[in-house]
Amino acid sequence: MVGTSFCGFTTTPPDLIRTTLMRDQSPERQNKRLRATVVEATTMSTMEVGMEERPSNSATPRELTQNPLKKIWMPLPCKNGLPEKHISQRKVCMTNCPTLIVTVGLPARGKTYISKKLTRYLNWIGVPTREFNVGQYRRECVKIYKSFEFFRPDNEEGLKIRQQCASAALNDVRQYLADEGGQVAVFDATNTTRARRGTITAFAEQNGFKVFFVESVCEDPEVIAENIVQVKLGSPDYTNCNTEEAMEDFKKRIECYENSYETLDEVLDRDLSYIKIMDVGRRYLVNQVQDHIQSRIVYYLMNIHITPRSIYLCRHGESDLNVKGCIGGDSGLSPRGKEFAKYLGQFIKSQEISDLKVWTSQMKRTIQTAEAVSVPYEQWKALNEIDAGVCEEMMYEEIQQHYPLEFAMRDQDKYRYRYPKGESYEDLVQRLEPVIMELERQENILVVCHQAIMRCLLAYFLDKTAEELPYLKCPLHTVLKLTPVAYGCKVESIYLNVDAVNTHRDRPENVNVHRTTEDALQTVPPHL
Amino acid sequence: MELPNMEYMMRRRCDSAASVPQFTNSPTLIVMVGLPARGKTYISKKLTRYLNWIGVPTKVFNLGQYRREAVQSYKSFEFFRADNEEAMQIRKACASNALKDVVFYFSKEHGQVAVFDATNTTQERRVSIVSFAKEKGYKVFFVESICDDPDIIAQNITEVKVSSPDYVNCDKDEALADFLKRIECYKQTYVPLDDEKDRHLSYIKIFNVGSRYLVNCVQDHIQSRIVYYLMNIHVTPRSIYLSRHGESKMNLLGRIGGDSGLSPRGHKYATALGSFIKSQHIKDLKVWTSHMKRTIQTAEHLGIPYEQWKALNEIDAGVCEELTYEEIQDNHPEEFALRDQDKYRYRYPKGESYEDLVHRLEPVIMELERQENVLVVCHQAVMRCLLAYLLDKTADELPYLKCPLHTVLKLTPVAYGCKVEHVFLNVEAVNTHREKPVNVDVTRDPEEALKTIPDHF
Repeated sequence: MVGTSFCGFTTTPPDLIRTTLMRDQSPERQNKRLRATVVEATTMSTMEVGMEERPSNSATPRELTQNPLKKIWMPLPCKNGLPEKHISQRKVCMTNCPTLIVTVGLPARGKTYISKKLTRYLNWIGVPTREFNVGQYRRECVKIYKSFEFFRPDNEEGLKIRQQCASAALNDVRQYLADEGGQVAVFDATNTTRARRGTITAFAEQNGFKVFFVESVCEDPEVIAENIVQVKLGSPDYTNCNTEEAMEDFKKRIECYENSYETLDEVLDRDLSYIKIMDVGRRYLVNQVQDHIQSRIVYYLMNIHITPRSIYLCRHGESDLNVKGCIGGDSGLSPRGKEFAKYLGQFIKSQEISDLKVWTSQMKRTIQTAEAVSVPYEQWKALNEIDAGVCEEMMYEEIQQHYPLEFAMRDQDKYRYRYPKGESYEDLVQRLEPVIMELERQENILVVCHQAIMRCLLAYFLDKTAEELPYLKCPLHTVLKLTPVAYGCKVESIYLNVDAVNTHRDRPENVNVHRTTEDALQTVPPHL
Repeated sequence: MELPNMEYMMRRRCDSAASVPQFTNSPTLIVMVGLPARGKTYISKKLTRYLNWIGVPTKVFNLGQYRREAVQSYKSFEFFRADNEEAMQIRKACASNALKDVVFYFSKEHGQVAVFDATNTTQERRVSIVSFAKEKGYKVFFVESICDDPDIIAQNITEVKVSSPDYVNCDKDEALADFLKRIECYKQTYVPLDDEKDRHLSYIKIFNVGSRYLVNCVQDHIQSRIVYYLMNIHVTPRSIYLSRHGESKMNLLGRIGGDSGLSPRGHKYATALGSFIKSQHIKDLKVWTSHMKRTIQTAEHLGIPYEQWKALNEIDAGVCEELTYEEIQDNHPEEFALRDQDKYRYRYPKGESYEDLVHRLEPVIMELERQENVLVVCHQAVMRCLLAYLLDKTADELPYLKCPLHTVLKLTPVAYGCKVEHVFLNVEAVNTHREKPVNVDVTRDPEEALKTIPDHF
């Protein structure tokens, strides 16, 4: 392992530290290492990505303090008292400047579906994202929709209004990205002409935003008809029409766009960053991905599909530790938990699901539960319950007794709070991301997991915020059946009629670190 | 853990991001397509390295090597002329031998992915591979590299062709001239994957080293991961610097894990690291640390903004956290032995295994691929995992890779691999490397268990 050389290289570039190699043949000699002369820099190299003014010869490191909520080590505030801002506490800096995602495509090609789904995903992984649907701006402006004639290319008044709506939307985009801390804005409109896209690109450049186009191209009449049925007929535009009328009108609306449609071109648009999705994901053309966030967006878009399917989420059956009111641990099922597992098996059978996949965590209680379902299952470590660190296997009363400060801080910000030597909900989301990605690829699937995990997954599917997530109700012995429909998810909650303790602890009123024990334990659910 | 034993239960371990869900079980044949000097072998080797690291047994089958074995000495490009019938026979025979070996790899050696690295530039050849795969029940995924930038091609030829065994007796210019003629031979019959005719095939077309991609009919998880990986790699020259945190207080005491701060020598190292980095005059250096105090303290000395990654945290030793090896032997002798028996797969009670580490480091590796110059300040086990990925080490070698304190590793991708330079920054530190002892039996004496532990205070 010692020394260089691969493919016969022995020279080192001139600006490197000069090294003398000593071949180290045996373990005893491993302490005799390469000696290097550290070349003292005579000039400070410029730190291009520094963004920070520190005296160039300040080699004195700053004192570190651990943020009591997130357990993140941060340097103490510098002399002028302001907290350091440059240390990124995020997993990785996704992008250095805001990104404007621009959809492109004829009506009924899934642009809004993609916009909403992408927005939901990005927000869930922690990238503040918002969609701006020009159709909505138009509806606000033109209170009543009469017919497709509004969209005729020769309808000058219509064109003017549409232009204004687009500008209004872009204005809001600018405000969101520049003033409100947004990182990604999804500009959801047809954007079918090169001219329109040129305007948007110029706007983005002016404001220092990166642009990424997402074009959806589809010529399959069945897919288009299905889209129209699912989301257009129920649109506010058609509240007073019957199905046939609406269908007819919408088809004519599409025709208005067809003649002037200029698809993203391999040659003409070769300097733009974009993904072209063809035939609902059969084919993709990806051009000039600029950075991490665009790469993640591409990966996500290439993994989603619209094949109808259902996702079943449930927790393990009641466990022995649940019964005692203890959190965490790796205990087995209680007798009632075992009964639930049995009923779960029966329920699944009764659903007659085709090609059901079953996933569990690597903890005993989920595996025991899955065993009763009689379908092969896969164990994911990523589905393990949140690690409560020093609080593992404690009852809430014990946590209050031993760690009252921690207990209070958790109540103050349950999403970001990290148990000492444990995890936070925020950490969970990060480790669940590959699970979500695979869930998107899959079809019918049952996930047997844990309370905190289920909350994270549910928040993703139902677009819940970080504030709501840790308080989502995921009771034991209840299966949630999620079926994607239109732009969202239908949820059915099925309680399998086996009693179990309640493990849901609501946020108490008093979250102050000086609160009384009584106040702290006010919302603890009863247990044995 | 007593669980009912039912034969029809297929229970498989599938850890998060990294391994492929075990139920999509047909082996996959990746077929490279492209003219010579388009990076096919580079992609093949890199992809194979990545898949093996994440736990998918993969192997490259390079047709050029089969040809070199069949035709002991290479004379000239004439061998590759489209009208050279004798050579054609040899080349066809090589292809079929390679495919035979693929069959053996899948059926007898538990391989999951085989990368068939050859030009495969004709429709005819590709059709025969597809029917071969269909017959055997393998999935096929094509990776085509298209490049018309003469500078890139010339660069490729210089980096890897001129030094190939084919040209061992030629000087650089002769080799270059011959190779260019070789490419011409293929150009005549080259038919790229066609948008229309090949619309039922699964493939990715890479244009000009990644400025554009065309992806068609991705069938399953592994193909999706392959596409994602290929879309994140680049060939821009850069260096990756790996270093552990400076010596910590726990290190001095011979204790594992924990979240202690740096020892005085550790601080000294961090200062030296800062000077070293400055002296390297690295353009746009990114610095990454874990969430643990000792790496952050180390980075603080650099005077450069750094990003904290929880995924870079040291391996969680669970119940053994903050113990010395002697204490582990005292309190958990059986665990200690099990760890020595299979250090890669062994998971500490309530902790992690190296295998778990690899899975949680996968997004780090993906981002490392996207980045250019990066310094990663991390920990022993984590650094071993990253190094194993970059230097193509096996799961058995990985946990024993030497990553001493106070030593920076500078890795520079070159040709088909990575050049490594070790730079010891001249600040003494304890040794934290424990070799595998001779006796790994659970019944061994404490003495035998503790034989290889390094010295500490």
